[in-house]
Amino acid sequence: MQLFLESLFNGVAIGSVLLVAALGLAIVFGLMGVINLAHGELMMLGAYSTYITQLIFKQVSFLKPFYDSYVIVAIGIAFLVSGTVGILLERTVIRRLYGSPLETLLATWGVSLILQQFVRSVPLAYASGLVIALFFGLFSPLFISDDLLHGAKGKLIRASTWGFSALLGVATGGILSSLVSKLSRASARNVDVTAPSWMRGGIDFVGITFPKTRLLIILITLISVLIVIFFLDKTAWGIRIRAVTQNRPMSDCLGISTETVDIITFGIGSGLAGVAGVAVSLLGSVGPNVGGNYIVGCFMVVVLGGVGNLLGTILASFSIGIMTDLIGAGRLLTIWPEMPSPLYSTIDFFATTSMARVMIFALIVIFLQFRPTGMFPQKGRMVES
Amino acid sequence: MSIFSTKKSWINLTIWVLIIALIIAAPSVLPVFRLNLLGRYLSLAIVALGVDLIWGFTGMLSLGQGIFFALGGYCAAMFLQLNSAGEFPNGIPEFFGLYGVEKLPFFWEPFKSSIFTLISIWLLPAIIAGLLGYLVFRNRIKGVYFSILTQAALLVFFNFFNGQQKLINGTNGLKTDVTQLFGQMVGSEIMQRWFFWITAILVIFAWFFARWIVRDRFGNILIGIRDDEARVRFTGYNPVIFKTIIFSIAGGLAGVSGALYTVQSGIVSPQFMTVPFSIEMVIWVAVGGRGTLLGAILGAVLINYAKSLVSEALPASWMFIQGGLFILVVTALPEGVLGWIRTGGPKKLLFLIGINKKLETYPSLEVNEQGEVKS
Repeated sequence: MQLFLESLFNGVAIGSVLLVAALGLAIVFGLMGVINLAHGELMMLGAYSTYITQLIFKQVSFLKPFYDSYVIVAIGIAFLVSGTVGILLERTVIRRLYGSPLETLLATWGVSLILQQFVRSVPLAYASGLVIALFFGLFSPLFISDDLLHGAKGKLIRASTWGFSALLGVATGGILSSLVSKLSRASARNVDVTAPSWMRGGIDFVGITFPKTRLLIILITLISVLIVIFFLDKTAWGIRIRAVTQNRPMSDCLGISTETVDIITFGIGSGLAGVAGVAVSLLGSVGPNVGGNYIVGCFMVVVLGGVGNLLGTILASFSIGIMTDLIGAGRLLTIWPEMPSPLYSTIDFFATTSMARVMIFALIVIFLQFRPTGMFPQKGRMVES
Repeated sequence: MSIFSTKKSWINLTIWVLIIALIIAAPSVLPVFRLNLLGRYLSLAIVALGVDLIWGFTGMLSLGQGIFFALGGYCAAMFLQLNSAGEFPNGIPEFFGLYGVEKLPFFWEPFKSSIFTLISIWLLPAIIAGLLGYLVFRNRIKGVYFSILTQAALLVFFNFFNGQQKLINGTNGLKTDVTQLFGQMVGSEIMQRWFFWITAILVIFAWFFARWIVRDRFGNILIGIRDDEARVRFTGYNPVIFKTIIFSIAGGLAGVSGALYTVQSGIVSPQFMTVPFSIEMVIWVAVGGRGTLLGAILGAVLINYAKSLVSEALPASWMFIQGGLFILVVTALPEGVLGWIRTGGPKKLLFLIGINKKLETYPSLEVNEQGEVKS
């Protein structure tokens, strides 16, 4: 029983990191047919946002009393940062490549390379200044009335919002780099996020210790999934997103602005990558390559779960998580020690984290022989689907 | 009609003579270091040809060609290690001693034979590619799904090779430059010169081979699969067979390329199976011009040369340039440089900057030998 619980918990913990990381990828893939290879780098941005938030809370005097709650603030900031960068990516690159998914794949890979090098060679203070400039530049037109924007002086107003945002960004960069000396120099080194005191240690339950960080990640995942489900099921934009996912040309004919739907979906998908980044930053050190460790797991979740169905994504991530734990930690051997020796040595051969990946990939390819479009395929009568 | 009767044939002949002269002369003109680099980049041109066959002609974007590339390299390296293992204890390569292995793992045995090695360099990757391809294509998995699966396969192979110290020296890889072949050090100058010539000849062979494949009806079906696979199926062809064959051919080419690269760079390691390297192969083809075989070769050689030049001068900026190339080539130059030239890009550019005023707004009608307009 104890063994079973421990194994289940580990599996769920691995699975929930996968789930929160793959959630955004799956939504975007379902809607636009686009696999975003820069998703891992958006996670990386989220992780760095956590790091920056933590440093700010540590250094700025009036925020110090609230240091313990920086993780919760970081989730919101990470969502906004990754979401902003994602929307910029959608508007500048992905928009031009609509209908050619393979080209999009390559272009997003290019973006991921640029983001990685950007974090290495630009001081984090100015990088966050740039993100703030982008944020206000992209979103401030939403709060200005249409008459002004499309009026005689519309161009001037747009230009001045960008100018104002740029000034704001430079100012933030300057203030941050003078306040927090660690952020003022570019560095390719990995950084560490230290968990606040209430998150250290674990909770003891029926003789097993559950680490609190793992529990928090499971909680973050749970809340993100619930919010996404609520958003997609109950809100007007959620319904529009589902409509476009099912049939894009038809939704367009019925007056849904597919362009806006694309922006919103991509923003949310990228934002969720940022939230995943917060979770990842709590598990290990943060570096420019941190996204790459998780991205292939996310791909497997999307392939296994099928397109356009959240249930598939959830089931796929938890089954991959539990399988990773079962195979990688060699739990089958402890459960059933007297298994026949050829089987024993085979399972023993695969009982490391990296070999577990090999095994799981083989299992997924076998699974796809029976269900080529994942667990919950989208029903349709198109030749292509 | 004699082949030398037209002007075009003369131009072709001159070009070939020039190329052959350059290949023969290169070792005496270039310093050893540059020659070695050029040889490596030429060997990468072979894997680029394979990528062009499956992506440019058949429309399947594989992000896992590194698997087959590395397999070819490992085949060559295992043979070379065994060939010069006589002086080590137990008659097995030195690194086994570090992990306390005393008996040669069974799959090393056949690589004692040079003929088996020469065959396995291309056949083994081809078989694995065919098998993997068949399992995937059979279920009509294509497009982005195919790309992700190949990438995942790549990572799986990487993990496998990286973790198995006792079988193939894991993350350290197998060294080839200090091994012996025909009584010479593989890393020596004479051997490297020979490897350069072999590579150059094989690039030309690979080019002729690829051209032979895409010229005939087989090539037409490949292009058909790229443009509309469902229609090919409805016409009565089975795309699975064609896709499996071409994927397996590309795998074989990757294997040859990997073996040549290994002997010239002096080591084969799981680093050949990292994700960025395999995606880079795609960008060589994309920049050179997908669907044009010459573009793949030129792209591989020139981009790698640019990479080494830029990395020597400004190490940090190559990632930015490479990322920019990816974005630029898919948004602005989807046909690649060679495709852009062939579709009249330079003329349009001249027109845009105001040098050349005359621009054909209609595509000129194609005329066949009898002077009739082709429909």
